[in-house]
Amino acid sequence: MSADPLLRLDAVTLSYPNGTRALAGVDLTVAAGEFLSLLGPSGCGKSTVLRLVAGLLSPTSGQVEWTRPAARGDIGFVFQEPTLMPWATIRANVRLPLDLAGVGRAEGDSRALAELEKVGLSDFADAYPRELSGGMKMRAALARALVTRPGLLLLDEPFAALDEITRLKLNDDLLALWRHGGFTVLFVTHSVFESVYLSSRIAVMGPRPGRIVGEMMVDLPPERDLATRTGTLYGAQCRAVSALLETAMAPASNTGRGAG
Amino acid sequence: MKELIQRSGLWLLPPLFGLILLGAWEGAIRYWEVPPYLMPAPSAVLAALWGDAALLLGSLWLTLVITLQAFLLAVVSGVALALLFSQSRLAAAALYPYAVILQVTPIVAIAPLVVIWVGYERVNLALLILAWIVAFFPILSNMTLGLRAVDPNLRDLFHLYGASRWQILWRLQLPSALPYLLAGMKISGGLALIGAVVAEFVAGSGTASGLAWRIIESGNRLNMPRLFAALTLLSLLGMTIFGLLSLIQRLLLARWHESELSKAGR
Repeated sequence: MSADPLLRLDAVTLSYPNGTRALAGVDLTVAAGEFLSLLGPSGCGKSTVLRLVAGLLSPTSGQVEWTRPAARGDIGFVFQEPTLMPWATIRANVRLPLDLAGVGRAEGDSRALAELEKVGLSDFADAYPRELSGGMKMRAALARALVTRPGLLLLDEPFAALDEITRLKLNDDLLALWRHGGFTVLFVTHSVFESVYLSSRIAVMGPRPGRIVGEMMVDLPPERDLATRTGTLYGAQCRAVSALLETAMAPASNTGRGAG
Repeated sequence: MKELIQRSGLWLLPPLFGLILLGAWEGAIRYWEVPPYLMPAPSAVLAALWGDAALLLGSLWLTLVITLQAFLLAVVSGVALALLFSQSRLAAAALYPYAVILQVTPIVAIAPLVVIWVGYERVNLALLILAWIVAFFPILSNMTLGLRAVDPNLRDLFHLYGASRWQILWRLQLPSALPYLLAGMKISGGLALIGAVVAEFVAGSGTASGLAWRIIESGNRLNMPRLFAALTLLSLLGMTIFGLLSLIQRLLLARWHESELSKAGR
């Protein structure tokens, strides 16, 4: 993490109108070019952090500071669901961000096709989402998020609903895209193993109201594959992250509330 | 072969059943010698259809025109009002209750009033207004629902890419609403016909000369074959409207919507 910071969350809190506190003072720096995972139990506000960064939510207090102003299309977002328009072809779905930005049809099409090729969906450009498997739909969502060549890619537990074989494959594909794409990734997950395998750094969040309780650099070589998963180093890193997660959970069980 | 029967069998079943029913009907009328002013045989109805073709087709045309006009008017006004409601909460709050009042007031009860206001010399306009009132609400309520039934994540995605209100409406809300609109149109198409017929019954008195008036007239003269002939044409008209709207629905939704997918998968 020698690179410059891309954005910083400074004492960010978020409360809903009904009084529920989703976030209690989140401090987090995202370095340019890193693969940062946000790890925490369900309902801890990980997704909320992602939405704040995307500008879909505004903090109640605190600030989200960018080192340079984020332009339209500078952020890609992948949701838990593929979130494709069922009435449009895969090509049109991937082209959507360009269409919305007023990019011409011909250029939009060729960029969408190029992106589809990167995720291995060239043959399905003219298919409709319902004709694709869950994993393929997620690839299409990934292609759509990357079609604007964003500086920052936000992923909200994107592979949680997939079967394990598909998930492992998509993990590798995402890593390959990241390595060659030169963008920054902020990845939300509740899986210790997934976060260690993918990330260069992990930030662990405690139960609601969410805050960052610990951060850890992942001490693994940048090239990751099946051998990584079976190595002793990987196991040690997973144990370390698990320990962090356990301390994150501990205060909540002591006070016995606030996790709701 | 067995598979062929199974596959085509479901399609053949209703007409086959109809033919058996018509045969039994014809046989029963002849066997018990039922007088035609009580119950005409299918052959007599067919003869009336043929013999009174000019008269009946003229009436069919009138009913058809009023029904179609009312239906198109209902679609246009219902969609327009739903769009207004989706863009302005204020308009929705102010106007929606009146749309409901229009819907829940029985059409038979307002029909005489509308006929008097519009005037007997323009009775077709009165019929059009009444049929429109009946057909309008399913479009409005379904379209309103459809415009709201947008995947919240997709909405977020559009916001993320800085989509304008117009882009969200055109690229997201309208396609999301299409299945709802088509379902509403299917209901509304049938209601437009019902509205046109009911209105004519109320207007009565022979100034209107659609199929409903032919039924009243034939009933008064105990001309049962012609009454049944008019009734047959009405049913055929209703089925045609429903069939066409189902076809449009299938053509527009076939490739992507769940409602049409289950049919294809079978």
